[in-house]
Amino acid sequence: MPGDHGETPPTARGNTGETPPTAHGITGETPPTARGITGETLLDVRGLTVEYVSEQGSVRACDDVSFTVRRGEILGVAGESGSGKSTLITALTRLERPPAVTTAGEILFRPRGAAKPVDLVGLLERDLRKLRWRDMAIVLQSAMNALNPVMRLEAQFTDVLREHDCTLSRRTARERTAELLTLVGLTAGQANRYPHELSGGTRQRATIALALACGPDLVVMDEPTTAVDVVMQRQILANLLRLRERLAFAVVFVTHDLSLLVELADRIAIMYAGRIVEIGTAADLYHHPRHPYTEGLRASFPPLREPVRRLSGIPGSPPDLRDPPPGCAFHPRCPQRFAPCDSVLPVLGPVGDQQVACLLHTGGPTLGHARKERTDDALGH
Amino acid sequence: MLSDTDGGVDARRHPEEPDAVPEPPRHPEEPDAVPEPPVLEAADVTMHFTVRGGLGRTSTVKALEHASLRLRRGRIVALVGESGSGKTTLARLFALMYTPTSGEIRLRGEPVGPRRGRAAREYYSEVQMVFQDPFASLNSMHTVRHNLARALRIHGRAGRDDIEERMHALLERVSLTPTRDFIGKLPHELSGGQRQRVAIARALAVGPKVVLGDEPISMLDVSMRLDILNLLARLRDEEDLALLYITHDIAGARYLAEEIHVMYAGQMVEGGPTEEIIQNPQHPYTRLLLGASPDPARTLTPGGSSVFADVEDSGEPPNLTDPPPGCRFHPRCPFATDSCRRAFPARTELPTGQWVHCWLYPSGAST
Ligand SMILES: Nc1ncnc2c1ncn2[C@@H]1O[C@H](COP(=O)(O)OP(=O)(O)OP(=O)(O)O)[C@@H](O)[C@H]1O
Ligand SMILES: Nc1ncnc2c1ncn2[C@@H]1O[C@H](COP(=O)(O)OP(=O)(O)OP(=O)(O)O)[C@@H](O)[C@H]1O
Ligand code: SF4
Ligand code: SF4
Ligand SMILES: [Mg+2]
Ligand SMILES: [Mg+2]
Repeated sequence: MPGDHGETPPTARGNTGETPPTAHGITGETPPTARGITGETLLDVRGLTVEYVSEQGSVRACDDVSFTVRRGEILGVAGESGSGKSTLITALTRLERPPAVTTAGEILFRPRGAAKPVDLVGLLERDLRKLRWRDMAIVLQSAMNALNPVMRLEAQFTDVLREHDCTLSRRTARERTAELLTLVGLTAGQANRYPHELSGGTRQRATIALALACGPDLVVMDEPTTAVDVVMQRQILANLLRLRERLAFAVVFVTHDLSLLVELADRIAIMYAGRIVEIGTAADLYHHPRHPYTEGLRASFPPLREPVRRLSGIPGSPPDLRDPPPGCAFHPRCPQRFAPCDSVLPVLGPVGDQQVACLLHTGGPTLGHARKERTDDALGH
Repeated sequence: MLSDTDGGVDARRHPEEPDAVPEPPRHPEEPDAVPEPPVLEAADVTMHFTVRGGLGRTSTVKALEHASLRLRRGRIVALVGESGSGKTTLARLFALMYTPTSGEIRLRGEPVGPRRGRAAREYYSEVQMVFQDPFASLNSMHTVRHNLARALRIHGRAGRDDIEERMHALLERVSLTPTRDFIGKLPHELSGGQRQRVAIARALAVGPKVVLGDEPISMLDVSMRLDILNLLARLRDEEDLALLYITHDIAGARYLAEEIHVMYAGQMVEGGPTEEIIQNPQHPYTRLLLGASPDPARTLTPGGSSVFADVEDSGEPPNLTDPPPGCRFHPRCPFATDSCRRAFPARTELPTGQWVHCWLYPSGAST
C-alpha cells in the first residue's frame, strides 16, 4: 500500500521501506538451510490473558499463557474442547472480537527484516493489516470460513497477492496463483473453481496455499485437518512439512489430537482450562510426560500397532471455566494430587528440558515439604 | 518387530489390566473354530438412494454394494472407513431405517422386512442404536428419569412398582454413580461423556441383544473417550452383547473390537481378526488407511521413519452417483489392472482368517 512509507507507527516493525529478501519467496529457490529452525525467536508470548466478558462475570479462556516459537519451528498446541485453543489462536492473530478481551500480556513478533520485535497487543488495526498474510497467516478448521464462497479461487488469491504488493501485475498474480496451487498438490486449472465445487480436503489445501501466498514467517492453524479424513489429513500434513522445509515458515498448530502432534510438531504445549500446563519436545512429552494431565492425555490414545493394554483415559470431565476449581484446575481429576493442590496455583517452570506447571515438580520454596505428604484420601473422591 | 502381541494372547481382553477379573478366553480366533450362529446379519445388502436433483432430474447414490456382516453374541465388530464409505448406511439398514435395494437383514437367521407397530417394537427390543450425538436419542426437554422410564415402559420392561429400581440399576450399569445424583438431571446438565452414558443406558433399557454404535465417542472430549470404550467392552463381556462399533479411528477400533471390517466407497474391502488386519493388512486401501493413521510409536522409536516422508498424494474417494466401475479403489490403487476396472473381485478367504476383495488375491487361491 502506498501509505506504507513515512508514517511509521511507534511500535511497528522498522522495515516498511525495504522488501525483505524472501518475501514472495515461494517462487524462488530453496533457502540454503533446508530446515529453517534457527535459535532466533520469531514469536514470544508472555503472560497472555484473554477473557470473555459478560454481565454474569468473565471467563478466563487464556490465562497467563507464555511460550516462544523459533523461526521455522512447528509448535503444536494440544488440549480438549474448551481448553482455550481457539481463543489463543484468535488472540495471537489479533482477530479476537468482543466479548473476548486481551486483559494482560504481550505478543512479541519479529518477522524477517524487522529490527526489533513488535508487540501485537495494542497494535492498530491498520498496522496489523500490513502484517497479516505477509508476515503471519491463519488457517482455520473450516476452509469455508477463509474462502469467499462467491469468488473463484483465482480472484481471491489475486486479491491477497495484490493487496500486499501493489506492483504485481494481474498476469504475474495469476501465474503465482497457479504456482501456489501446484505447491499444495492442486492443479492450476482448479484456480477457476468456486470453493463449493471442491471437496473439503481440496478446499483446505487451497486455504493453506492462500496462507502461504505472501511468504509469511508464521502460519497459525486451528484444527486445520479435523474435518477431513485421515488419508487426506496425512497428505495435507506431509505437504505442509515439505513446504516448511523449503520455505522455512514457522507454524503454531492447534488440535485436540495429541497423537497427531507427536508426529508432526517439533515442540508441544499442552493446554488445560486456559493454561499451558506443560511444554517440551514432542519426544520428551511422549516418552516422559511430567504433568499428570499430559500423562492422562497420552494414555487416552490407544496405540496403533504396539501391544494393547487397558487404558483408562482421565476420570471426570474438564472444568467449567465460568467457575474454575481453585488451585490447580486439574486437581479434581488428578490421580496424584496432594494437600496444596486445591489452593496453590502451580506456575509453569523448568523441569529438565521441559516446562511444567505442577506442584509435584515446581512446588516452589514453601512447598518443598508438601511433596512427601500426599494425601491418599485425595484419590477417593 | 510388530509381532509382540502374538503368541495366542487375546489382546482384546487387555490382559495387563490390573483389576481385570480373570476369565477364560471365550472367543478363539482360529479360523477353523466353529463359530456360533450370528444374532444379526447383513447378507449381501445393497443400498441405492434415489435423490432428486434440480430440474426434476433424479440420480442414484450407490451407497452400499453387496455388503455382508455378521454380529455375534459377546463380540464387537468394528466397521472402519473414511467419510461416505457407507458405514452409517449399513447401521441404518440393521436398524431397519431403510429397506435394502437388494439382499437382506437376518435376525437369528430369519429375514426381517420393514416393520411397524408391535413387530417393530419387538425388533427394537433386541436391536438398539447409539448415535454420535447423544442428544439424538435423548429427549433434551426431559430428565434422565423421564428418558429412561419411557424406554422401559414402551417395551414393557418395568411395572409401576419396580420402575424406579430398574432405572437406578441401568445407571449403575453405565457407571453413573451415585445414581441419585444423575437421575433428576436434564441432558444438558451433564458432561458429554455422562450424556453418552445415559444414551447407552436408554439403549440398554429394552434389554437388547445387539447394540449398533455409530461413532459413539467421536463427539466426546478426548480424555473421556476411553471410559466409554471400556464401558462398551464391559457390556460385551458381562452382558454378552453383540456390538457393531462404527468409527474413523482405527486405533480405537483395534482397542475395542475382535474383528475389523474395512469399507471403501460403499464396498467392503477387507475384514477379519483385529490383529491380522492391523499387523498384516492385505488390501491396498487398508494399507493406505493404516499408513495414514497417527502412530507416535512409528516416529519416535529409535530408527523409526518419519511417516510423512513417503506420503504420496493418492487422490480422493469417488463420487458415489457415478462411481468407478469394478473395484472402486482402482483410480487410486498403484496395483490396478484391467480386471480391476472391469469387475469387483469376489471374496477371497486367507489362511489368517482374513478375507479380502482384491484381484491381487485370486479367489480360490486358498480355499
Ligand atoms: N464468544 C464467547 N463468549 C463467551 N465464552 C466463550 C466464547 N467463546 C469461547 N468461550 C469460552 O472460552 C473457553 C475456551 O473456548 P475455546 O473456543 O477457545 O476452546 P477450544 O480449546 O478451541 O475448544 P474446541 O476444541 O472445542 O474448539 C470455553 O470455556 C468457552 O466456553
Ligand atoms: N438418505 C440418503 N439419501 C441419499 N444419499 C445418502 C443417504 N444416506 C447416505 N447417503 C449417501 O451415501 C453415501 C454413504 O453415506 P454414509 O452416511 O453411510 O457414510 P459413512 O461411512 O457413515 O460416512 P461418515 O463417516 O461421514 O459418517 C454418501 O455418499 C452419502 O452422501
Ligand atoms: S498440581 Fe497437584 S493437582 Fe495439579 S497436576 Fe500437579 S499434582 Fe495434580
Ligand atoms: S482390486 Fe485391483 S484396484 Fe482394487 S485394490 Fe485390488 S489391485 Fe487395487
Ligand atoms: Mg476451538
Ligand atoms: Mg456415518
